[in-house]
Amino acid sequence: MKLLTHNLLSSHVPGLRPGGGFPLRIELGHPSELPPEPIPNFEADEEFLRRVHHVLLEVEVLEGSLQCPDSGRRFPISKGVPNLLLTEDDA
Amino acid sequence: MAGSGRRPEHRGPPELFYDEAEARKYTQNSRVVEIQSQMSERAVELLGLPEDRPCLLLDVGCGSGLSGDYISEEGHYWIGMDISPAMLDVAVEREVEGDLLLADVGHGIPFRPGMFDGCISISAVQWLCNADKKSHSPPKRLYRFFSTLYTALARGSRAVLQLYPENSEQLELITAQAMRAGFTGGMVVDYPNSTKAKKFFLCLFVGTSGTLPKGLGTECVNEELHQAKFTNERTRFRNVKGKSVKKSRDWILEKKERRRRQGKEVRADTKYTGRKRRPHF
Repeated sequence: MKLLTHNLLSSHVPGLRPGGGFPLRIELGHPSELPPEPIPNFEADEEFLRRVHHVLLEVEVLEGSLQCPDSGRRFPISKGVPNLLLTEDDA
Repeated sequence: MAGSGRRPEHRGPPELFYDEAEARKYTQNSRVVEIQSQMSERAVELLGLPEDRPCLLLDVGCGSGLSGDYISEEGHYWIGMDISPAMLDVAVEREVEGDLLLADVGHGIPFRPGMFDGCISISAVQWLCNADKKSHSPPKRLYRFFSTLYTALARGSRAVLQLYPENSEQLELITAQAMRAGFTGGMVVDYPNSTKAKKFFLCLFVGTSGTLPKGLGTECVNEELHQAKFTNERTRFRNVKGKSVKKSRDWILEKKERRRRQGKEVRADTKYTGRKRRPHF
């Protein structure tokens, strides 16, 4: 799963507050190569853009899990594919 | 394919029907690949995407990525959802370009609002009409699917869902839930007069009420009905029955054509045929 996709995902567990379920926390131990805040004038900085492109579209989460911030429900990721199936208890 | 002639939805839920063996058979069957590719092409065409830039599409029921491959070929990005782990495994093996999610779309489309430029689905939505578990209510699942899909799509975008409806009740149920969720649009049917080639595409619009695209194989019939016939001839009156007035030039030409078809010897049609003679004739 590309990080761009993770950016778009939100939890579909029923009964969450409006606007809730986002962002899902990625749980694995991989440090990011990006600075925590966008640097000023980032559109012109070729190197920064290259790193953003790499992180968004070329880095894939293969194993780990996603955690819904509101319900605490965990969705495991295996072979790059997150398992978002809800059980009888959730739905 | 397994149980050909019967609908696969009757044999069980999709995650069990599309097991490893079926997933492999499905993806390797050249006829299936061909049909899926054609339907994907038609679906993307019906999406009416802007021509100059790549878009992000959602593929509902992406399976082993056959439709996704077409989307990638067209230069767009996609995220696919499917309920069968076996089918997704095949997609991973085939190294498809899009991202894959193992999910049940009847539980909702888990994305932030307005994320997608469009959505396609090839041969998947009819599976939502079957209650595979006691807790399932197809209308509720359909509504949850359509309402969350509506949210996930950007304003002005479309969802084109190719499906195989079992009967008209199913079609109505699906369309009704889509309308309830806020979509406008309707059904586009390609080749409505052919049992083999007939394909249903549910075309749904978000926000704008666009005009529904025309189905293929319907043009010839429609043109004749909508156009009025204009001729330069002055005829006193046209025969109400639709036949030409007796003894007019039209009638003479038709009669000669009839006799030619019967194999009789007929003079050639010239500018003198049915010409008005001098009064003393």
